[in-house]
This record gives sequence, structure tokens and C-alpha cells, in this order.
Amino acid sequence: MILTILENGPIAKDVWRMRLTRPAGEKGLPGRFLHIRVPGKYLRRPISIAWTGEDSWDIVYKTVGEGTRRMTALPKGARVDALGPLGNGFDPAKAGGAPLLLGGGVGVPPLLDLCRALLEKGVRPQAAFGFNTAADAILLADFRALGIEPLIATMDGSLGIRGFVTDAAKALSFDSFFACGPEPMLRSALRSFPQTGYLSLETRMACGIGACLGCTIETNEGPKRVCKDGPVFAREELRWSI
Amino acid sequence: MVDLTVSLSGWEIANPVIPASGTFGYGKEFSEYYDINCLGTFSFKGTTLEPRLGNPQPRIAETPCGMLNSVGLENPGARHVVEHELKEMGRWFRGRVIANISGFSVDDYVRAAELFDREDKVGLLEINISCPNVHGGGLAFGGNPKTAAEVTREVKAVAKKPVYMKLSPNTGDIPGIARACRDAGADGLSLINTIPGMRFDLRTRKPILANETGGLSGPAVFPVALRMVYEAARATELPIIGMGGVSSARDVVEMMLAGATAVEIGAANLVDPFACRKILSDLPIVLQELGVTRIRDLTRGGIS
Ligand SMILES: Cc1cc2nc3c(=O)[nH]c(=O)nc-3n(C[C@H](O)[C@H](O)[C@H](O)COP(=O)(O)OP(=O)(O)OC[C@H]3O[C@@H](n4cnc5c(N)ncnc54)[C@H](O)[C@@H]3O)c2cc1C
Ligand SMILES: Cc1cc2nc3c(=O)[nH]c(=O)nc-3n(C[C@H](O)[C@H](O)[C@H](O)COP(=O)(O)O)c2cc1C
Ligand code: FES
Repeated sequence: MILTILENGPIAKDVWRMRLTRPAGEKGLPGRFLHIRVPGKYLRRPISIAWTGEDSWDIVYKTVGEGTRRMTALPKGARVDALGPLGNGFDPAKAGGAPLLLGGGVGVPPLLDLCRALLEKGVRPQAAFGFNTAADAILLADFRALGIEPLIATMDGSLGIRGFVTDAAKALSFDSFFACGPEPMLRSALRSFPQTGYLSLETRMACGIGACLGCTIETNEGPKRVCKDGPVFAREELRWSI
Repeated sequence: MVDLTVSLSGWEIANPVIPASGTFGYGKEFSEYYDINCLGTFSFKGTTLEPRLGNPQPRIAETPCGMLNSVGLENPGARHVVEHELKEMGRWFRGRVIANISGFSVDDYVRAAELFDREDKVGLLEINISCPNVHGGGLAFGGNPKTAAEVTREVKAVAKKPVYMKLSPNTGDIPGIARACRDAGADGLSLINTIPGMRFDLRTRKPILANETGGLSGPAVFPVALRMVYEAARATELPIIGMGGVSSARDVVEMMLAGATAVEIGAANLVDPFACRKILSDLPIVLQELGVTRIRDLTRGGIS
């Protein structure tokens, strides 16, 4: 699938947002990803869909290495070879009465698309996000535009509550949570909250379509591929000793 | 019209473009992208007698012009593959497939080979001897002529279908191992498997792969693979399935000139699910340009 870049620019420290054309079709579940070919790099880069517009997709990516740095050099109008949307996303139908969106760093983007999908179903989520410092905070205006005021925690206290988002979120009451972020945050969420939970995982990937078994993890239901059976898993599936 | 048919030990296939083991699963995922019946055949995920969970994460690392994998032969076991994957496969692939078999003892290989040899859906057995021999101090079967010959002889004793020995590049003696396999009765050879390598994470100062090392594949290994196929072709008359870094129709031609009868495509499928279909559609154009009317005439064409 060849997509055209509509916009590509920085939105926070080392974080960029890219808008791509979206081919006609159903919006589908949020939380899935595009597998993007980056010029000069051999393997594709998996990046979550942050927003599904009528005829566009937004992705939000952090420049952590050469591939994501090269993505910043792609200008408006450039064509991008992408596969997707791939994987099994967040199912808004499983939200229960009062869901919480729990995000950490560049784990926040797919929760924005999930927030949209929940609101379209008439479900109003709460949100709690953690960042290292205020300079890393992303997409807050986008959530506010949807009428959601996220609870913020930063490690240095430069924005919102000081400390871990999983501690800050203990003040909230909710029936289920949808989480995406670094693995320590996900583990802490499982420790802290007994509620129904769906978590989006990350592994290094090659094919992204379920063929190479490069991304397999052991679950309580046997081996599963993060790219095809995930990236979103129900907490009962995860075999993490937390 | 260009004739793309090739024959592997009497098994006629429509064209020599074959997805390589471990990069195509059992074909199902790719059939969601295109009708894989355009392929002559494909080699399914390396299967062992007993199920295997494979290695811990991370299993994938990128390299210049290629990738490392340490999947560790994750597979549901030979009986499961016979009862489920092979039975269901007819829904997305009509032809017969290559059964890629791995083992950790000679007996493992033999028993898995017996199971697959009975299956109509299987066209030939590709025996991966890059695996460590648990009774031989963990040295790979394919690392020396004696153990390579032993696996070949024992598998041949139970198999009616053609047996192709898949050689490891992790040896200084491809000709010696090729001849040992031939003398032990192999019907053909298949090479190369991945080349051991590693990468480090600069931040953690640790290897990226949990298994520390992994197998290198992709364009980075192409010249090495050509040299090894060439050596094997000069050492024996056996038909060879050549592979390692093949990514284009021109690479297919080059691999055949080095001695291959057919060509497997591995990592390229992981970068682009349409890779094999694209190579297949480019192939007649490239052959026409080169004035080739029958692709099989290219085999060994570069060997003086
Ligand atoms: C399903 C999924 C969704 C993701 N969504 C986002 C997102 O929305 N925004 C975002 O900023 N990042 C996201 N990531 C992480 C992102 O894929 C990596 O940060 C990116 O691949 C790094 O590439 P690089 O070339 O800059 O880094 P390098 O370290 O140079 O990459 C080298 C290799 O390692 C892989 N790799 C490195 N870090 C990761 C990682 N954390 N996860 C997976 N592969 C990695 C790369 O893909 C590449 O193959 C997601 C990962 C997955 C698996
Ligand atoms: C992810 C991955 C998994 C593989 N698994 C197997 C396997 O199970 N059995 C096997 O014989 N070879 C396996 N291989 C090796 C390939 O079949 C092939 O020999 C090798 O990758 C070289 O070809 P390429 O450079 O085109 O990938 C695997 C390769 C990759 C990349
Ligand atoms: S990345 Fe290949 S199976 Fe998931």
C-alpha cells in the first residue's frame, strides 16, 4: 500500500506527528499499527495509528534511532510504502461502564484513536498519562478537543502530579483499563489494578503479518504473535510474573 | 513465451521461485495478500518431531542490508503439522509443498521424516542440518561430513520422496559436506541457511538478541551464498535449491548461474509480503532481455 504524506512535523521533544492518506474503507478497531518502510533501512518500522480520520491516518513517533530519525526527513507529498492496519486492536465493545485510558510516553497515541472510537459508541473514558517531564507531554490538546481532560503525572513533577502514572491513577475509579506504554508501566498497572484490562505490547518485528514468529511471546493460551494475535492482549492472557 | 518450469528430482514445478522455510509460515498469512497458487511450491516453517516454544524475546535485530533472527525453531511439532496445518493448507495452496525438517538427534530427523514422507501434500523433504546435535556435544550436524552423512543415510532409509539436505554455511568445507551427503544418498542439496552473527545495544551494552547470537540473512549474505552454491555445484552433480539474500529476478538468474536448479527466497518476504509474486512477474521480462527461453538452461550456466 502506497500512502502520501500530508503533513510531517515535530509536536514535542523528539516526537513527530505524520499525517498520511488513508484508502477508502471501514475505520476498523483502534490500536492497530502501520508497518512502514523507511528509505535506507532493511526492516519495516511498526508505528501505531494515533488517529483515523475520514481519509487520513495520523501516526505519532519518537525519534529513538536511525529509522525514526529518517522518517522526519520525509517531506509533505512523499510516498510511503506501508502495510496495515495490522494486528488486533483495542475493542471498544469490551470497555464496560467506565473505562480508563492509561498511557505512558509514546504509548499515548493509540489511546487517542481508542478515545474517538469509545466516544462514537457513547462511552466517555477517563484518561491518565505519564511522561518523564513536561517537555515530553503529547496530544493533550487532542484529548481536550474530544472533551477529555487527562490526569497527568511526570517523573520530575514539571507537569501534573509528580511520580508514576500508575500511582496517580489510583485516585480514579473505573471498571476497566486500556493501557499502552513502556513494559514497566504495564506491569505496574497489572499490579495496581484488579479491573478488566487490555494492554498493548511491543516487540521487535520483522514481517508484522504473523509469518516469521519473530515477535512470539508465551501466553497462558500458548505462544502468540504480538504482530498478528496482538499487539493488544487481555490481562488474563499475559504470563507475566508481576 | 518463456518456459519457467524446473524439475527437482523428477518433481516438475511451475517456476523456480520458492519461499524459504521460516519466512512463509504455512502460507496462510501470505494468501491474505495474494493468491499464492502462482508459486511452484514453498518450504514450510522448520518442523521438529516435538513442539518447540523457541527462544525468548527479542528475536529480531536489523543489520546493514539484512537481519538477524533467533526464533529458535518455534513450531507446533510434526504430528500437529500433519494433522492440522497440512490438512488445512489446501484452502490456500493447491500444490505440494517442501517439508522442512529439523532435529536434535538422528532419531528425531528420522521419525519426523517418516511422518511427512507419507503425506500427499509433501513434494520433497528438506532436511535442515544446521541444528546442534545434542548427542554430539551440541556441534551442528551440518558442521562436518561424518554427521551430515549419517543424517542423510538414516533419513534416506525411511523416505520415498526426494531428500534434499539443507547445508549450514557454518563450515569451512562446503564441497566435502556436499560430497558426503551425495555419497550417503541425498537426492539434492539446499543452501545456504543463515550465518551466525550478533548486534549490541549501545545503551544497555548487551547483545540485542536474548539468545545473544542469531542467524544473518538478507542481501548481506547474497555473495557468500553464491560462492557456496557454486562450490557445492562444482563438487557434486546433485540438483541444488540455492538461497541466501535473493531479492530480485536478477538475483534468481545469478543464483541459477552459480549452480541452482531452483531458488528459495527468505528474508525478502518479511520486508515485502509481495516479494515472491513481484520476482515472479519480473522474471520473464529479465529472461527475455537476456535472450533466455527456458529458465532451466541457466542452471550451472556460470560454471566453467
Ligand atoms: C505494535 C507497535 C506499535 C508501536 N507504535 C509506536 C508509536 O506509535 N510511536 C512510537 O514512537 N513508537 C512505536 N513503536 C516503537 C517503534 O516501532 C520503534 O521505536 C522503532 O521501530 C524504532 O526504530 P528506529 O530505527 O528509530 O530505532 P533502531 O533502534 O535503530 O531500530 C533498529 C531495529 O529495532 C527495532 N526496534 C527498536 N526499538 C523498538 C521498539 N521499541 N519496538 C519495536 N521495535 C523496535 C526497529 O524496528 C528496527 O528493526 C511501536 C512498536 C510496536 C511493536
Ligand atoms: C525468520 C527466519 C526463520 C527461519 N527459519 C528457518 C527454519 O525454520 N528452517 C530452515 O531450514 N531455515 C530457516 N531460515 C533460513 C531461511 O530458510 C534461509 O535459508 C535463509 O534465511 C537465507 O535466505 P534469505 O537470505 O533469502 O533469507 C529462517 C530464516 C529467517 C529469516
Ligand atoms: S513479526 Fe513476523 S510473526 Fe510477528
